[in-house]
Amino acid sequence: MSERPLPWAMTLLRRELRLSMRVGGGAQVGVLFFLAVVTVIPFGLGPDMNLLARIGPAILWIGALLATLLGLDRLFQADRDDGTLDLMLMAGRPLELVVLTKCLAHWLATGLPLVVAAPVLGIFLNLQPLAMGAVTLTLLVGTPALTLIGAIGAALTVSLRRGGLLLAVLVVPLAIPVLIFGVSAANAALVVGTPFRAPFAILCALSLLAAVIGPVASAMALRFSSD
Amino acid sequence: MLKLLAENIAIDRGGRRVFSGLSFDLDAGHALIVTGQNGIGKSSLLRTLAGLVPPTEGTLRLQGGETERSPAEHAHYFGHQSAVKPALTALENLEFWRDFLQPARPQAFSGFPVATDAALEMLGIGHTARLPAAYLSAGQTRRLALARLFVCPRPIWLMDEPTSALDTASEALLLTLMQDHLTHGGMILTATHTPLALRPSRTLHLEAADPADMPSADGEPDSLEEIYG
Repeated sequence: MSERPLPWAMTLLRRELRLSMRVGGGAQVGVLFFLAVVTVIPFGLGPDMNLLARIGPAILWIGALLATLLGLDRLFQADRDDGTLDLMLMAGRPLELVVLTKCLAHWLATGLPLVVAAPVLGIFLNLQPLAMGAVTLTLLVGTPALTLIGAIGAALTVSLRRGGLLLAVLVVPLAIPVLIFGVSAANAALVVGTPFRAPFAILCALSLLAAVIGPVASAMALRFSSD
Repeated sequence: MLKLLAENIAIDRGGRRVFSGLSFDLDAGHALIVTGQNGIGKSSLLRTLAGLVPPTEGTLRLQGGETERSPAEHAHYFGHQSAVKPALTALENLEFWRDFLQPARPQAFSGFPVATDAALEMLGIGHTARLPAAYLSAGQTRRLALARLFVCPRPIWLMDEPTSALDTASEALLLTLMQDHLTHGGMILTATHTPLALRPSRTLHLEAADPADMPSADGEPDSLEEIYG
């Protein structure tokens, strides 16, 4: 075979990114929701700056988790509704890699903006620069895990109308370890004496693990859904 | 020599046996026209051949195809859904399928890839290439979906009601193109209610084996299945 390695994956990535950026793609919805969640919390908690700074990383992480869940239900459903999924199943490309590519595009369009927005929103929560950096870094390595785990839920609920809520119920328990280690790594910047490297390493491991299990499980679910 | 063999195929949909014991074979350059009333399982048969619905019993083989690839990966599925993204232009839609689908060109099949511009031109929608597909009419969207079959050569065409939403002129054009595909050594399996003058072709008429399983005359539950199945 003289073809370059995986040119089809690049084509798919480019198309997915285009689709999410154009009208109706919904790439901006997640980051707007993130903004809304994080900005209302200081109003609810009142003007206790120390409290805000202490729970800031947790708020950012929970906001990122909810914002990620928001856009996930369309990950495969949009393709199923117009028949694209059928053709992808018979395209002769490994479905696991197709799913991984779609997740990568989805993360670039919806997850990465959350990471970029996190330092700005950190200001709202009275985070110190070090804590801001820690949260941003943990979100950078942790949000791919959320997308990849969420893909399993998206694949399982692909044939359901209004599967978004069921998706959240399925995905949230699986996302809890990511949340725990993400927040505890970020907290290391706030509380003197707490370790950073151990929870951060586990967070990285969770993302890597999700990059294997997510596409395999989603592909399996999608193959059954075409019936 | 390319040959599609189906032996004793049985399909269940939603816990109901659609049909069983269906056997047929199809040589390269031949068309198989599947007829039968609504709900009899024409779409299910095509979806099974496309690898989207696993058969409950029986086997499906392709002789003379590329090894290590399933019959479905030698096939184009042209169904009720167009797989066209309204946010992308007609050309972007088509270019994606050209690069994403893996072409299948076994020896007996002499089909060749058509350039995307030429394919759109051939189907009479060349002037819409730069338009977002959202602005295309139903018939134009259908023709855009059809263009996919030409930019990525594959020998088997599975066509479910290929003439729906097409006007008389496009129907005649489609027929010519389908006939060309047969001449190049491709094969076509189509479910249709309108007679298609393809040569050489055979007709496979699906009938309910058990009169009790016959779809009801008003066709209501079964026509629903046609739409959603």
